[in-house]
Amino acid sequence: MSLNRETTASLIVMAALLSTVLWAEATGEPFTITLATRAAIFALAGIGLNLALGMGGMVSLGHAVFFGIGGYAMGILASHAQTFTPLTTWPILIEGTNAMPVIWLVAVISSALAALAIGALTLRTSGVYFIMITLAFGQMFYYFMTGWPAYGGEDGLSIYVRNGFPGLNTLDPIQFFAICFAFLACALWLYIRVDASPFGLTLSAARQNEARLRAVGIDPFRIRLVAFTLSGAVTGLAGALFADLNRFVSPAMFSWQTSGEIVIFVILGGVGRPIGPVVGAGLYVLLEHTLGDVSDYWQIVLGAILLAIVLFARGGLTGLVLGRPLPHG
Amino acid sequence: MSLLLQLEGVTASYGPSQALFGVDLSLGEGEVLALMGRNGMGKSTTIKVICRLLHPQDGRVTFDGRDMAGLAPHRAARAGLGLVPEGRRCFGPLTVHENLTAAARKGPWNIAAVETLFPRLGERRGQIAASLSGGEQQMLSIGRALMTNPRLLILDEATEGLAPTIRQEIWTAIAGLKQRDGLSILVVDKSLKELGTVADHATLLEKGATVWQGRFADLTPEVTDRYLGV
Repeated sequence: MSLNRETTASLIVMAALLSTVLWAEATGEPFTITLATRAAIFALAGIGLNLALGMGGMVSLGHAVFFGIGGYAMGILASHAQTFTPLTTWPILIEGTNAMPVIWLVAVISSALAALAIGALTLRTSGVYFIMITLAFGQMFYYFMTGWPAYGGEDGLSIYVRNGFPGLNTLDPIQFFAICFAFLACALWLYIRVDASPFGLTLSAARQNEARLRAVGIDPFRIRLVAFTLSGAVTGLAGALFADLNRFVSPAMFSWQTSGEIVIFVILGGVGRPIGPVVGAGLYVLLEHTLGDVSDYWQIVLGAILLAIVLFARGGLTGLVLGRPLPHG
Repeated sequence: MSLLLQLEGVTASYGPSQALFGVDLSLGEGEVLALMGRNGMGKSTTIKVICRLLHPQDGRVTFDGRDMAGLAPHRAARAGLGLVPEGRRCFGPLTVHENLTAAARKGPWNIAAVETLFPRLGERRGQIAASLSGGEQQMLSIGRALMTNPRLLILDEATEGLAPTIRQEIWTAIAGLKQRDGLSILVVDKSLKELGTVADHATLLEKGATVWQGRFADLTPEVTDRYLGV
């Protein structure tokens, strides 16, 4: 099997991330593993957004909704499990849970359903209207969670135990990293497969010219809605993992800053490039950690880098190294 | 021969500007119909109305016995209309293979069949559409329409602006589609000579209305001189 340069670059970046963690484990640096886990989760959220933004040209400023829903799926289920109170007793009894697979499933399904509903309304618009409506949905969810005292309101929810996965000690940083890394690898594989599939091609065609797509009998709205739903589901999974990493969820997960950060991961790394969000999230976490120690205003440097990339490297860091993207096939 | 497409008294406007004032047209199954007229007489507008890209104000469009009123453009295409739009309009950043794959629907037309019809597309399979020559883009545009396995292929100025050898290649392909595949074709073109080699019937438009319909062979020099200026 021959690998094209995008796939080769993806393998190299993923190997670098894995090597960093193995080195940190060998030298007894658990905090570095936590940073790498954070980067892997952000990268997963970025790949989710990249499905909508990179392939479909949908500039969403509301992906924090799905990130937050995933986070609260974990928070709500785990908080009920730790207080031994059911979520609901009518019409059926639903208990909380500490089982990660159940939490992930709930996170993915609920964020996908939210993406389906939001997409069905927002994808009827385009351009700046789409951006503003997705942003508005994000703010609606943010204020709703702020005003929901049952789940901590503005203060958020603390989860005192990390959720469990059969056969793993999830409190061990490297084992929790392994889970996040496995999801990241699966999402990357999914992205590459979707990008090369007929569905990915029609999504790309919808971004280029809707009228031409209609002329060959394909409804761009449906194609975009499916992509947006898939995008929301992946971002929701990232939210659930992020909540588990911090053992804390708060309305900040729904904030416009979170949506903006996910967009930044994608732009830094390269919009529409499979490995772009991984590179972007990695750089973001690195800057956050190194410059954050120096000054609270480290985002000024991030802003300058972002500006330079937008002005001089439209393909992000991936584009800078690999050049223009290859044709799909 | 059963009737596949029929337009009766179709009128249409672009905002306040009326473009069609009463277009009548009919095309039978397996037939090639030439839609002709001078520039600005409503040929492309008529095609937009047939493909539901423009809503008619009045009149009726029937395809395969089905009234097309209220149908979304993509549903009209799914009903069996394969449009090759004026100006080629491929998906530029996609490769030849991807352009064809994106449009594919079940039926006898697949990538192998399209590459047999236009061998150049097979040679350029991995090349992005934007980097193809005008003639190759036109072949790709026809191929993409065929990949939808249409019952009616609509060619809007398919040979305009192309080199004579490429034009000939495309006309040969169109003739093959008619004779070998029995495909129904609505073709808009200015080349009277080439149209004569493939068209069974002709409809002439003047100022947005049908002024002449009949067998292509019955077109007299007086008619072509009066309505086409040739």
